[in-house]
Amino acid sequence: MLVSAAVADRDQRSLTVKYFVLLAGQGELPPWDQLTPEEQEAGMARHAAFDEACAARPGVEIVSAEALGDGTMATTLRTRGGEMTITDGPFAEAAEQIGGYYLLDAPDLDTVIELCRVLPAYDIDIRPVLDAP
Amino acid sequence: MTSTSGRSSTLRDGTVPAGTVPDGTVPREVAAARTIEAVYRAEWGRLLALLVARTRRLDLAEDGLGEAVARATERWPRDGVPANPVGWLYTTAHRQVVGRLRAEAIAGRKAPLLAVRPGWVRPAEPGEPGERLADERLHVILLCCHPALPRESRSALALRLVLGTPTEQIARLFLVSPATMAARLTRAKRKIVGAGIPLGHPAEDELRARLDEVCRTIYLAFTAGYTPGAGPDLLRVDLAGEAVRLAAALSDVAPDAGQVRALLALLVLQHARRDARQRDGCLVTLAEQDRSRWHHEEIEAGLALAAGLRPAEGYAEELRLQARIAAEHARAPTAAATGWTSIADRYAELESLTGSAIVRLNRAVAVSESGGPAAGLALLDGLDEVLADNHRVPAVRAELARRLGDTGLARASYRRAIDLCANDVERAHLRARLAEVESADGPASPPDP
Repeated sequence: MLVSAAVADRDQRSLTVKYFVLLAGQGELPPWDQLTPEEQEAGMARHAAFDEACAARPGVEIVSAEALGDGTMATTLRTRGGEMTITDGPFAEAAEQIGGYYLLDAPDLDTVIELCRVLPAYDIDIRPVLDAP
Repeated sequence: MTSTSGRSSTLRDGTVPAGTVPDGTVPREVAAARTIEAVYRAEWGRLLALLVARTRRLDLAEDGLGEAVARATERWPRDGVPANPVGWLYTTAHRQVVGRLRAEAIAGRKAPLLAVRPGWVRPAEPGEPGERLADERLHVILLCCHPALPRESRSALALRLVLGTPTEQIARLFLVSPATMAARLTRAKRKIVGAGIPLGHPAEDELRARLDEVCRTIYLAFTAGYTPGAGPDLLRVDLAGEAVRLAAALSDVAPDAGQVRALLALLVLQHARRDARQRDGCLVTLAEQDRSRWHHEEIEAGLALAAGLRPAEGYAEELRLQARIAAEHARAPTAAATGWTSIADRYAELESLTGSAIVRLNRAVAVSESGGPAAGLALLDGLDEVLADNHRVPAVRAELARRLGDTGLARASYRRAIDLCANDVERAHLRARLAEVESADGPASPPDP
């Protein structure tokens, strides 16, 4: 019973995980600046719908969310042999398209995947945020 | 065998000590070993799934059950098989896990638990001895075959967790070293826990999509077993057999899912031909197989499953059509008596459903049987571009050209097939066919009778 109590206690502590949802690419969507104002508005509406879907879901909360400057604004730092070099970014071609991120509290991966269907059809990378040791 | 003199013939719990060999019965050790083997094969998945669901610790559940089986192997031959072997294994394994959890708690280590879906209910602890254990296998199968896991890991992990196939054996089945397979399984389990792939029951729509994915995973493993690959071994019948067991386990826990029933029917029918598929290290084509070596009881079971399939949609329909094709082959008493027209029709439906070039290739073969080699040959047009590396396209073309008496095309196509073929045994088969065509290729070689 002692152990069952311990397990129950753990359940309480691990009800949600933080997920970093990286909006990693436009997918088949045209770049934002090539969209008509109406299309941009529709895109924003999907982000608003995502906010609402998250708010409506028990155990889910948007911790933070930001849009990021595009690849042309990235600065890359690399340290090799103790020497830091600073170059024009992004660090990898794939990172060129990163548009923003959401940081979510959520109970599990499937919940996050399901909520992401509400967003515009971006390419998305989902990573769990590691617990502090 | 150790002496048992001086020991009473019946222990206090009613079991008979090892070494007692009543007339006409098997020795206690042998009986115990058989029981362990049978319980292991039949109940590993259910035991592990229940331990996983109760403790939400994949790693500890697997280790604990492994330890329980090891103890049974040591004790049962000596002390006798307990009255409720499955319950004994569960209790012993659970005790192991609890011990490890306690040690972790004392050491202040916080290991992450498996995520669970909202609303998930932990199954109850098994109650009365003899009571059937709660069946949580579906949830473990869904964990193993989650689309967020690498494809190459899914079926391997399912074999390990659902069937209890030892890691060394899985490594052999997938043609990698035991160390590579162990690392692959560990990574997959870490991802499940770390990424928060949850235990629990998906909603109806999602469940259908997830079961499709599970069926694809199992079917891939099955076909890998029967696809002559690179290297000396022609087929991996054992891998196909494990895939059939996996499909049967899935069908046990998702009996109403059309795609699952269709998959099981298809695999059972195809696997029933295993012993006839190779002879003296060579592939034997369906037409040339000795049908008396087919497992006819399994075919009966497969036909009964196939007969119960209703028209469906999507992947379930693909599998149903394939199962019907397999059934048509399986019920033919001889190759000549095969219902090729029906098979060609099913392939046409399948092609319009999937647009698959491989299906077109198979359809070409069926059509050549029902409508003649020229009709089959016409259906191969355009496949070389789509299936550029597939030796079966030129191999089929060569065969049909040979039947039409076009030895020039047959020769060129056999050579092309030989160039593309990666399997030693299959290539030898193609070389032999080429030699036949070349030796028969006089100035006025007659077409095949």
